[in-house]
Amino acid sequence: MFGIVASIVDGVLIGSVYGLAAMGLTLIWGVMDVVNLTHGAAIVAGMFALYFLTSAAGLAPYAALAPILVGGFLVGMLLYWIAVHRMIGRPPLMSLLSTFSVNLVLIGLGTAAWGTVLFNVPVTLPGVSWHGYTFPGTHLLAAALTAAMAGLLYLFLYHTRLGKAVRAVADNREAAELAGIPTTRMLSLAFGLGVALASVAGMLIATLFPFTVLAGDAYQLKSFVVTVLGGLGNPAGALLGGIALGLIEGLAAPFMPVSWTLVIEFVLFIAVLIVFPGGIFALRRS
Amino acid sequence: MKKLCLIAAATMIVVAPALAADENTLTIGMTLSQTGSLNVDSVAQQRGADMWRDEVNAAGGIKVGNQRYKVRFVTYDDQSQGGRVQQLYTRLILQDKAQFLFGPYSSGLAATAAVISEQYGKLMLVTGGAEPKIFELGNKYLFQAITSADHYLSGAVEALRSRNPHARVALVYSDDPFSKAVALATRDQARAAGFALVLDESYAPTTTDFSPIINKIITSKADALLGGGHYPDGATLARQLYDQKANLQWVTLLVAPGNEEFARLGPAALGITVPSQWEIQATYKPQFGPTAAEFAKAFEEKFKIAADYHSASGYTGGALLQHAIETAGSIETDKVAAALNAMDVTTFFGHIKFATDAKHHGLQIAHEMVLAQWQMKNGNLVREVVWPTAARTADILNRVQ
Repeated sequence: MFGIVASIVDGVLIGSVYGLAAMGLTLIWGVMDVVNLTHGAAIVAGMFALYFLTSAAGLAPYAALAPILVGGFLVGMLLYWIAVHRMIGRPPLMSLLSTFSVNLVLIGLGTAAWGTVLFNVPVTLPGVSWHGYTFPGTHLLAAALTAAMAGLLYLFLYHTRLGKAVRAVADNREAAELAGIPTTRMLSLAFGLGVALASVAGMLIATLFPFTVLAGDAYQLKSFVVTVLGGLGNPAGALLGGIALGLIEGLAAPFMPVSWTLVIEFVLFIAVLIVFPGGIFALRRS
Repeated sequence: MKKLCLIAAATMIVVAPALAADENTLTIGMTLSQTGSLNVDSVAQQRGADMWRDEVNAAGGIKVGNQRYKVRFVTYDDQSQGGRVQQLYTRLILQDKAQFLFGPYSSGLAATAAVISEQYGKLMLVTGGAEPKIFELGNKYLFQAITSADHYLSGAVEALRSRNPHARVALVYSDDPFSKAVALATRDQARAAGFALVLDESYAPTTTDFSPIINKIITSKADALLGGGHYPDGATLARQLYDQKANLQWVTLLVAPGNEEFARLGPAALGITVPSQWEIQATYKPQFGPTAAEFAKAFEEKFKIAADYHSASGYTGGALLQHAIETAGSIETDKVAAALNAMDVTTFFGHIKFATDAKHHGLQIAHEMVLAQWQMKNGNLVREVVWPTAARTADILNRVQ
């Protein structure tokens, strides 16, 4: 029984970080109808940024969060102008191919620079032991920081003029433009935010697990599942979707081989697409 | 004019590889995983092979009768993917005119390459594929230089029994051909040793979050863990076992802890054991080629990193082929294969002999593994040989977190 509870708690802790990554993906989709396939590369960039900021610059692991958030945002804005801006308003396949190409280039450059060697950022935090099971401090703090990031995103989107402008563009770009909102700037801002969230998620994942240049694909895939669960374009839903996915993984693990987890995830993915095409948590679009 | 240029360019592309391989050059083809999940171990293996080639060429080449053949490698990046291996080995044989082949790293890729090499009647030495199944298919030109997967954990089982005859064992392994072959044999060996097998579970090779499995290990009250897979998953599992204080007295993981990179895990590496095809401290008396100490020194001077068993097996593959060619006095495939069939030698890597019966042709039957453990020595993490007792360089350390 304790094992099942421990597995569920662990699942929820990790799931929330997957939710943070998916928030970045879904924000971009919600605002500009672009499926950002540089998402995996952004996650990996966050991982490597943490590695180099801690090993080369000597920063404490969690002190790297702010520079990674800002750096991710700036790189995201740059990516928008390089790969996405000219694809806005064109068939979705164009932006899909464009971001996919950029992703390939980024991963190729990363592989050339660092190979596919495993990198590890040793982070030691006291954990919580409970009936023989240990919840590492890194897992607990990653979930707490995810909650904080989600809260900040909520405050930004709902309580700042800029955030309201981003939401206005997401709701109706033409009307927003007629109301005097600089929509192109809002689009680049949203893309920057999405990439920043993915980078921070990558950074948090790197405090939990070792990683390689190729690690992004698996997390990108998870982000898609979470995004579909939470509803496309719904950041709050993405966070809930991540937690739900973690919960399901944690609940399933004690009763079946863990290698079945992927099967469960994708059965769920298809089932949600059929039964709730708007996502389970898409009660209303934020 | 444009057409002429195109034809000339196309002709050069087709003819160039053949021109490059002159009469006194022996072309050996192989793929390596410069990218992808097998990158770390594959590159290590290739470094060993490269070192052998450079040494042979510096010494004037392979001696065949009165002639000497310089060795030329043709290599491609297989990206750790079987699909690429199939295309590239065909290219190596047909376009690059490789006379001999070295297998790619890992059992899965070696099995794919073996289909091609055998189809074209090319001799291939496998130095990084331990699964025995491909040697049960009646292949005539395939030879395995390393201990096969079914013996990988037998030393660990024996060593564990010497410490804890009633161990509760969790068998947790990657869902890939090599690790499954190891697990298949280990299951029986563990039961025969009198252990209770309290968890038997595989995981996807791409797994990054091992928390659910570690919780299962804790629930099963296992005191020993045997398993793992390759480098990325093995290193990740080791790190999380440490983070989640799995409280295991014994952990043996395949492959990953055999690599020097494993020390990057810091305290998470401490006490982990690994079945190793070879360790620097090995004291075999070679009939030809360098001693272990000579190999290790030259390797470190050349690559500025310590040699591991993958690099040693890569070097050995070359040394065995050279010995077979020189013994046969020919570079004809059948004659070299016959020399390999008759081979019964000791190198710095250990004793080498290939099965010659039709059911297991080419399978390695003489080479033995050792069990190494990461221990702390003078403030540094080092691998010590802890089993068998005759070869050990340090006592087994209790793994207590």
